[in-house]
Amino acid sequence: MVANIVLSEVEYTHIGKRPVRPDGVDKVIGRAQYGPDITLKGLLHGKVLRSPYAHARIKSIDTSQAEAYPGVRAVITAQDLPFASLSKEELGAGYQALKFASDHVLAGGKVLFKGHPVAAVAAANPHVAEEAAKLIKVEYEELPPVMSVVEAMAEGATLLHDDLYTSSLGETSQTASNVAAHARYEKGDVAQGFDEAAVVVEREFQTASVHQGYIEPHNGTAFWSADGQLDVWCSTQGAFTVRSSLANVLRHPVSKIKVTPMEMGGGFGGKISIYLEPLAALLSKKSGQPVKLVMNRVEVFEASGPASGSWMKVKMGATTDGKLTACQAELALDAGAYPGSPAMSAAMCAFACYDYPNGLLDAYDVVVNKPKTQAYRAPGSPQAAYAVESVVDELCEKLGIDPVEFRLRNASKEGTRRIEGPVYRRIGLVECLEAARSHDHYQTAVDFQPNGKLRGRGVASGFWFNRGFVSSCNLTVNPDGTVSVVMGSVDLCGTRASIAQQTAEALGIAYEDIKPSIADTDSIGYTFITGGSRTTFATGLATINASQDIKQRMVERAAAIWEAPVEDVEYVDGVIQHKSDSELRMTFKELAGRTLTTGGSITAQCNIDPPGEGNSFAVHVVDVEVDQDTGKVDILRYTAIQDCGKAVHPSYVEGQMQGGAAQGIGWALNEEYFFNGQGQMTNSSFLDYRMPISLDLPMIDTVIVEVANPGHPYGVRGVGETPIVPPLAAIANAVYQATGVRMQSLPITPGKVLDALWSQNGS
Amino acid sequence: MPGPTHVQATINGEDVNFLCEPRQSLLEVLRDVLGMTGTKEGCNDGNCGACTVIFDGRIVDSCLVLGVEIQGREVTTIEGLATADGLHPIQQAFLENAALQCGICTPGFIVASKGLLDGEPGADEGRIRHWLAGNLCRCTGYDKIVRAVLDAGEKMK
Repeated sequence: MVANIVLSEVEYTHIGKRPVRPDGVDKVIGRAQYGPDITLKGLLHGKVLRSPYAHARIKSIDTSQAEAYPGVRAVITAQDLPFASLSKEELGAGYQALKFASDHVLAGGKVLFKGHPVAAVAAANPHVAEEAAKLIKVEYEELPPVMSVVEAMAEGATLLHDDLYTSSLGETSQTASNVAAHARYEKGDVAQGFDEAAVVVEREFQTASVHQGYIEPHNGTAFWSADGQLDVWCSTQGAFTVRSSLANVLRHPVSKIKVTPMEMGGGFGGKISIYLEPLAALLSKKSGQPVKLVMNRVEVFEASGPASGSWMKVKMGATTDGKLTACQAELALDAGAYPGSPAMSAAMCAFACYDYPNGLLDAYDVVVNKPKTQAYRAPGSPQAAYAVESVVDELCEKLGIDPVEFRLRNASKEGTRRIEGPVYRRIGLVECLEAARSHDHYQTAVDFQPNGKLRGRGVASGFWFNRGFVSSCNLTVNPDGTVSVVMGSVDLCGTRASIAQQTAEALGIAYEDIKPSIADTDSIGYTFITGGSRTTFATGLATINASQDIKQRMVERAAAIWEAPVEDVEYVDGVIQHKSDSELRMTFKELAGRTLTTGGSITAQCNIDPPGEGNSFAVHVVDVEVDQDTGKVDILRYTAIQDCGKAVHPSYVEGQMQGGAAQGIGWALNEEYFFNGQGQMTNSSFLDYRMPISLDLPMIDTVIVEVANPGHPYGVRGVGETPIVPPLAAIANAVYQATGVRMQSLPITPGKVLDALWSQNGS
Repeated sequence: MPGPTHVQATINGEDVNFLCEPRQSLLEVLRDVLGMTGTKEGCNDGNCGACTVIFDGRIVDSCLVLGVEIQGREVTTIEGLATADGLHPIQQAFLENAALQCGICTPGFIVASKGLLDGEPGADEGRIRHWLAGNLCRCTGYDKIVRAVLDAGEKMK
């Protein structure tokens, strides 16, 4: 039994190998500098005062006692944000966007979730800052909290924002609403499609808010110099996004903001938004000293992330021979306190694995009194897949068709048009399904044990777009023949390695001779976040293109040295040679050693915004055991299969698949924000918000299916998003096979399992 | 608030003297007083293991130990594992097995693993999973970490 399988079509020299990552040693010896590790001369420490209420009007804030407290250097409230002194007229059409962005940083008129920042203090040490923050007096008028999309969308619901109107199919509603947006995607005629179906299944589903769960808390350090230069250090997935977000809320030019991304201790989509950075900046401006803020774990849970809770209804119909005739879904995803849930992306992903004639999707972005939701690995797709793949499983059961076979009969393939428009280029869903079907796991029957516990197997598939977006990199040939690669992409988990491998491959030189590093925003071209499974693909393309330039410049330099026409010189596998005179030949290192005396350094740069998508599909197979006495679900065996395109560093690709699956397992079984009747989170610690620990999981087997992405010279697609998509449904389907109960609400806690088993037994 | 206390301890084999307030945790002392930021803070309430250190031979969450408690005692942190001759076998195994992604939990896992393998290099998968149950990793799904610890154990036998 092989734990990790790579199904390769093409072999390369460096790509597909498993070298030690360039940043590896620093990270195993404790030398790597993460955001909270930074220290600066004269550093002050900040603390945020947060709302104890989920929904309340701020009547007054009195900071005088905090300001007078010994050791305190600055106190700020929303009044210190530029928005407070800008009129609606001045801001015009941009008014609401700036209001929401500013209020999220520091609450203005209302607090909209427990943990909402209200004020912040900078002091000589974090303890003094904390003591002083407690001295700030805030008078609140409590309002009823609205905690679920169902409540928020109900007639007469309490409104979070009296100036939020529903944008629906190009129209704006006349009355204020908690529904920020409604989008619809449609093709064919679903009514006719359901008429043609032999079997139709329609079900409702709900999922709880879950947190990204990165181990490193949010942090931000800033120094606002007297000349207006603002330097920021933080843990972020995108330094340029931090820069533009800061420029927006601080009304400060991007040219006067430099963001230095530190090493980042996990993000998963949750470290894109700004939280502490603008507070550190304002506190520094006020105190004249650098200020650092770091969240504690309660703050991370209560005031950052989470991923959307959801309500979904899915209806699907198929013929007796298992062909889908119609697919319909309503997907309402909560946005937390301010608009921006991934409802639209959930809709685009919902049926992306299927080729079907008639479809109708309605997606709703709904505000509720929870922290503003953030991206979490394939945002929106896991929720949608949970609903859709559960319904597919029920169709398979009713039709008596094997779940992998059913998916093969309806699989999206090259030329299939997704409901929102794009037509797939070459994709590998069919190959993943075939790999699942022939895998030892699927070929081996569920291992039933006479221990009184129930066992079952579930299958589900999943999709993510993998779009490119903007990347930038600079390459410099060093005199010793190494090549520095400076990039704007933050390294979350192997970016330096995968970019170095692609550079080595493109230049035909050793992997060890590539020196990757990550630049601050003053030192590299604009680069979009590391996220969305884009970086290995898009930043990879940038370094490959820049490498082609390097090769050309090396050829030109050699031609100049040899006084030969450029067209007579060629670059072959890291050697620069004359095409006809075999005497004229230099290795990359030899020529690099002569650059400084023959015209100076050889450098190249590439800025790129690659078109199209490198769509990635996954199929997961899981065996579970359900304890009928306790309701606990254990994972017995797990296999993740995914088309990642060419796997640049298979170990880190496997790691992404395993980590994504583990997060999905947590989402399916354990993880959930508990709120009391006042909308206050009651489980804001790692003890009570139960993420999978090593004991909860088996080894997670992987199959990397390498169907080359036609949009990348080595066929790279990207990997990180898709593996979190299938587990929710795969586990729910396995629990069904074990127990005979369809779990239509996540997480599948022991209590829910017992309730379901008892109501099934009528006891 | 009482003033700072003088503490003398052995950290990574070196005699160390520092002043700390009674309320400061060992984690805070290591990171903010002594500048040893290899030990990470993930939760500051003993639930994630990112701040694991070895305290007189036992692994502890340094956020749950007060700085003044290490008076006259011995502490090993992630900074104390590699020597001039090279990495510790556990560090090497983490690198070779791709057992880290973001790396924030890595020092805690490596130190906790040392706490196990020093006495039980032959620990099997089940034993390792039990031992590391107090260390959270959100990136890897633990698979490659467990394999790295098994691999390191082989080399430490």
